[in-house]
Amino acid sequence: MRTIKFLLQKEFRQIFRDPAIIRIILIMPVIQLIVLPWAADYEVKNIKLAVVDQDHSEYSRQLVNKITSSGYFNLAAYTASYNESLRQIENDKADLVLQIPAHFEKDLVKENEATLFMAMNAINGVKASLGGAYLRTIIQDYNRGVRSEWIQFPRFSPETQIEITSSNWYNPVMNYKYFMVPGILVILLTMIGMNLAAINIVKEKEIGTIEQINVTPIKKYQFIIGKLIPFWLIGLLVLTIGLLISRLFYGIIPAGSFLTIYVFAAVYLLAVLGLGLLMSTFSANQQQSMLLSFFIMMVFILLGGLYTSIDSMPEWAKWITRFNPVSYFIEVMRMVVLKGSSLADIKFHLLKMFGFAVFFNAWAVFSYKKRS
Amino acid sequence: MLKAQGSKLKTTTVKQFISFVKKEFFHIWRDKQTMFILLGMPVIQIVIFGFALTNEVKNAKIAVLDNSKDAATSSLIAEFNASRYFDIEKDLTSYKQVDEEFKKGTIKLALIFPQHFNEDLTHFNKAQVQLIADASDPNVANTLTTYASAVIMDYQNRITNNRKLPYTINTEMRMLYNPQLKGAFNFVPGVMAMVLLLVCTMMTAITIVKEKEMGTMEIILVSPMRPQVVVLAKAVPYLLLSIINIITILLLSVFVLELPINGSLTLLMGESILFTLVSLSLGLLISAAAGSQQTAMFISLVALFLPTVMLSGFMFPIENMPLPLRTVSNIVPAKWYYTIVKSVMIKGLGLKDIWKETLVLFGMMVFFLTMAIKKFKIRLA
Repeated sequence: MRTIKFLLQKEFRQIFRDPAIIRIILIMPVIQLIVLPWAADYEVKNIKLAVVDQDHSEYSRQLVNKITSSGYFNLAAYTASYNESLRQIENDKADLVLQIPAHFEKDLVKENEATLFMAMNAINGVKASLGGAYLRTIIQDYNRGVRSEWIQFPRFSPETQIEITSSNWYNPVMNYKYFMVPGILVILLTMIGMNLAAINIVKEKEIGTIEQINVTPIKKYQFIIGKLIPFWLIGLLVLTIGLLISRLFYGIIPAGSFLTIYVFAAVYLLAVLGLGLLMSTFSANQQQSMLLSFFIMMVFILLGGLYTSIDSMPEWAKWITRFNPVSYFIEVMRMVVLKGSSLADIKFHLLKMFGFAVFFNAWAVFSYKKRS
Repeated sequence: MLKAQGSKLKTTTVKQFISFVKKEFFHIWRDKQTMFILLGMPVIQIVIFGFALTNEVKNAKIAVLDNSKDAATSSLIAEFNASRYFDIEKDLTSYKQVDEEFKKGTIKLALIFPQHFNEDLTHFNKAQVQLIADASDPNVANTLTTYASAVIMDYQNRITNNRKLPYTINTEMRMLYNPQLKGAFNFVPGVMAMVLLLVCTMMTAITIVKEKEMGTMEIILVSPMRPQVVVLAKAVPYLLLSIINIITILLLSVFVLELPINGSLTLLMGESILFTLVSLSLGLLISAAAGSQQTAMFISLVALFLPTVMLSGFMFPIENMPLPLRTVSNIVPAKWYYTIVKSVMIKGLGLKDIWKETLVLFGMMVFFLTMAIKKFKIRLA
């Protein structure tokens, strides 16, 4: 116990000796958490629309009005020809072209049928498919309006009709920040914790001080625990700061209890730090361990479900996410913060995380060799 | 006489430069693990992210609460099962279970039929369906509700026998560039930008700071080499490594992820090398500012990684951001490169359409490089 106390003293001194690191640990998450959630909004809206109106009729004007007033589309340009509007798509001035051919109104009224042509920049497939669906709904709606101008429908609907009512639970105002902030907080916590741990032991290797520790009677597990605890405390501090910011800047009050968050975070940090220390024992110099931790972190973060839903990934990628501590924590944070899940709801997540923590730390102790 | 001396001086500088580059190569070559990571990492990343990153919603898990259990509901449920967007995960028996399942995170959407669904439909021509979405992810909730409504609408149209109504507006939609709506078209150029930027920046930043930390920098600085030459020589090997990386990334994109290269390959290579140079210069600048490898790494990773992912436009559309962030996104080099790659690779545009972006990258390179050389101190504290 006393040995660990001394080790802790040493570690804290080493950490606090470098003011740059302290600044980075504390200020960077604050800034990023304040700034980045504003960027994270991929609701499909602000679709830039170019209109080629070759009909110039009352109907074509009404239709364009209806589309632009829907809120999803911004009228970017009126162009004279279809080819000219395609140029605008090339230059990213427009995302979608709507061509209203000549005689549109006449065809609709006289021939009972008219056709609109659309072309969409589909590099972003989701934007294209959702944008197309929105546009089609608006046109159908407009179509119904036109039809009712011309035909008097009987009072009881002769058509079969299924009414759909939809409701959005847990986030009825559909605020995207409620969803992103808890996730970004997890990422920041992970990056700081894992990086600090990953370079720590290897730094002692590089500057040679590890030899001095190796010749002392300090046990392997004591050494690892001595490394683990300071970062664990820093991690919990960063989490607290992050939760404060989400409360102050975004008004996010977890629907569940803070206890659940902290219990899970405590176990999570042990797992992530253990993984960092493990990488550290494997690497010969800081450069190697940084690259390794960068690589693992990038996979963890991008496959963590923060940006893209895990459900839509292919099977093999889902299989990878099962070994990804980050994805568990992001899921748990969102469950607790938004849906108010309790410890009982997340017990399997917690159990798995505990397994990760034991596994990584045991491996780190095992692979740390006292002789070089 | 003077002239001869001058040219002799020049050749020695070149010789020195070459031998210095050689030294750097040996440094990298000796460290096999780093080499392996440097060359292997981009490959793995492009493959993993090219396939796995998609914001398309499919196979979403849903639950059904069928209070009616009749012919109409079962055929509508079968429609949902057949759709590639939905997987029916659970049959619920009570309304209370909806909340429980959402809290456990097992489902994203609940589909609720009231009693007498079929009766209502056949007798009154009107029936109701309720959709409840887990909107903790507003985006998925929105998309799923849209898709579910479409499935129900299709079913409705089919039972009305597709009667042709008068005054019908038909729509014809063309999907340009990416008719199969593949996610890779959007993500691969972004991942390319991310990988190149981070690898180059971090590696150059660390390698210089490392020499500072180990004390070998002093030895170099007392040599007759000009400090600017030292700095540039450090960057050359990483430039070459990056070119190898660019080539492998492009090969993978074309042959594994089946992305087209519609524009000129030379132009694409040239722009990629320009972007690499920007990253290298940025790395040099960071190294001049940082005192320890740890700081250098933190700056190049934590301060670059998230902003690059979030502000370059490949994850989140820039036009949705508030004005200050839209402005900030302009200083993210990856944003410009991402636009260039999309334009050249997928849209097949030429230099005359992307000269503006190219000029911005070039300006950034000059700026970072001048700053780095200016800040590079001959004397260490």
